Amino acid sequence: MNRLVGILFALVLMYTCPAWGQESIDYAQSEAVAAVAAEVPEHAEPMTEAQEAIAEAEPLVEEQELNVKEVVLGHITDSYEWHICTVGEHHVTIPLLVIVRSQSGEWHCFSSSHLHAGHEYEGFRIADEGEYAGKIVEQTAEGEVVRPIDLSITKTVAGLFVNCAVLLLIVLGVARRYRNDQPDAKAKGGLAGVLEMVIDSVMEGIIIPCVGPNYRKFAPYLLTAFFFIFVNNLMGLIPIFPAGANVTGNISVTLVLAMATFFAVNVFGTRDYWKEIFWPEVPTWLKVPIPIMPAIEFIGLFTKPFSLMIRLFANILAGHAIILILTCIVFATAKMGAAVNGAMSAVSVVLSIFMNCLEVLVAFLQAFVFTMLSAVFIGAAQHSEEHEHETKQIENNINN
Amino acid sequence: MGLLQPELGLLFWTSLAFGVVLFLLCKFGFPVILRSVEERRRFIDSSIDAAHEAEVRLERVTLDSEAIVEKAEAERQQILRTATDERDRIVAEARTKAEEEARRIVAEARVQADEEREQILRDGRQQVAALAVALSEKLLRGELRDKQSQTQLADRLLDEINTQTTNPEA
Repeated sequence: MNRLVGILFALVLMYTCPAWGQESIDYAQSEAVAAVAAEVPEHAEPMTEAQEAIAEAEPLVEEQELNVKEVVLGHITDSYEWHICTVGEHHVTIPLLVIVRSQSGEWHCFSSSHLHAGHEYEGFRIADEGEYAGKIVEQTAEGEVVRPIDLSITKTVAGLFVNCAVLLLIVLGVARRYRNDQPDAKAKGGLAGVLEMVIDSVMEGIIIPCVGPNYRKFAPYLLTAFFFIFVNNLMGLIPIFPAGANVTGNISVTLVLAMATFFAVNVFGTRDYWKEIFWPEVPTWLKVPIPIMPAIEFIGLFTKPFSLMIRLFANILAGHAIILILTCIVFATAKMGAAVNGAMSAVSVVLSIFMNCLEVLVAFLQAFVFTMLSAVFIGAAQHSEEHEHETKQIENNINN
Repeated sequence: MGLLQPELGLLFWTSLAFGVVLFLLCKFGFPVILRSVEERRRFIDSSIDAAHEAEVRLERVTLDSEAIVEKAEAERQQILRTATDERDRIVAEARTKAEEEARRIVAEARVQADEEREQILRDGRQQVAALAVALSEKLLRGELRDKQSQTQLADRLLDEINTQTTNPEA
């Protein structure tokens, strides 16, 4: 019952958080304007916004068809190089590190610029099509195409590193100001004040009510998860170079995060938690000849982190895709004449601003939801017999 | 399908990055901030408690001092009243004593006066008697020079006695 109240409280907080988030949305609005302006050069388009005006004046100078699907997928999927913008025919990209282990067992480490435009290097190339399209493949002596063990620093990995560095810089920088604090130190201003406020709202809103009496043990993990996701989400919304990689919209990243919660839940789960899974308090016929309930509970172990993984991944991916598609409207309508293109560009910019604002909210919300559900799962695995007893007593009291 | 397929390399690097971040933040990040915030909260709570306590104590002290003032006032009144009473009593006592004394003195004086008067009377009577005797002696000596006058006196005396016995009321 306590926990239910906690969850309700957290939900209420979640819906009141737009009031809190008002500031950040205001801030995001200006950022969004910048974002829309900057979004244009980022995607594989031969035009910048400045050039768009020229394009309108002398239309149809485009040589290639715009493939929206390719543009969007090109951004939201991983790649071996970080494409920043295209000026005319020249692609400005940052080559990244390729680390692969060949079939012969040796490690190869080289710049991804060697693989540019389908070149082959040390027996590796980026597959154009087939099962491994877009990934590095190796041609074996028998002519077979196989996928080597690939630990390359891809765009997502590089973005992840940048975001981690930002996160560490912020949190450790703020923590340093707290290190030698006396108890009677005054409250901090600036970044430390903002961070403290967010930490406090996460602690009071999620961690303490959802995890229960054991919250101290899990607070650092849950806070790390929250800020990790939040920073990665926000950085994904900023379209200028070191930011802008689609990190939390990648299923591998969310899988790792979900696994972390899975471990936190199950490694620290109490005996009662395991008993509830393998011998739940249900009528005996539900568990003795055929263990229906234990099977369901056991599957539940895995569906919980699975839902965490999919929710975060799908939300962020969808956000990125929508913003990209809205931006692509400008270029997709370029051939339809100045009037249509101009009108549609305006629509595109307005919608992009709106979506960016929404995505800032979603960035916070998804971090919040992931943390809250993790906290609830951890809290559920922490309950003890007496706690359960207490809860039942309260429920009985309410029923009576 | 590529979107939904986890990549080994990405899994590896994410685990590593998240692991490092988790370690650093759990070791040097959040606990420091949380502890500081917690300490500050405790400090503020204890300060509020102390302030409340001080307020209560101050109130008590005020009440106490008021009570002391009141008590002192009452004492003063008491002392004044006692002093007045005492004075009245002393005055009354003194008066009664003085009256008594006066009465005693008067009584004594009266007794003495009585005695003295008695004495005086007694003396007077004796002197008068003596004087009378002397006078009568002188008179008698003068008058009874001759025989005739002695007889006359004896007669007159006898007459007087006679009138006295015949007419005792007169």
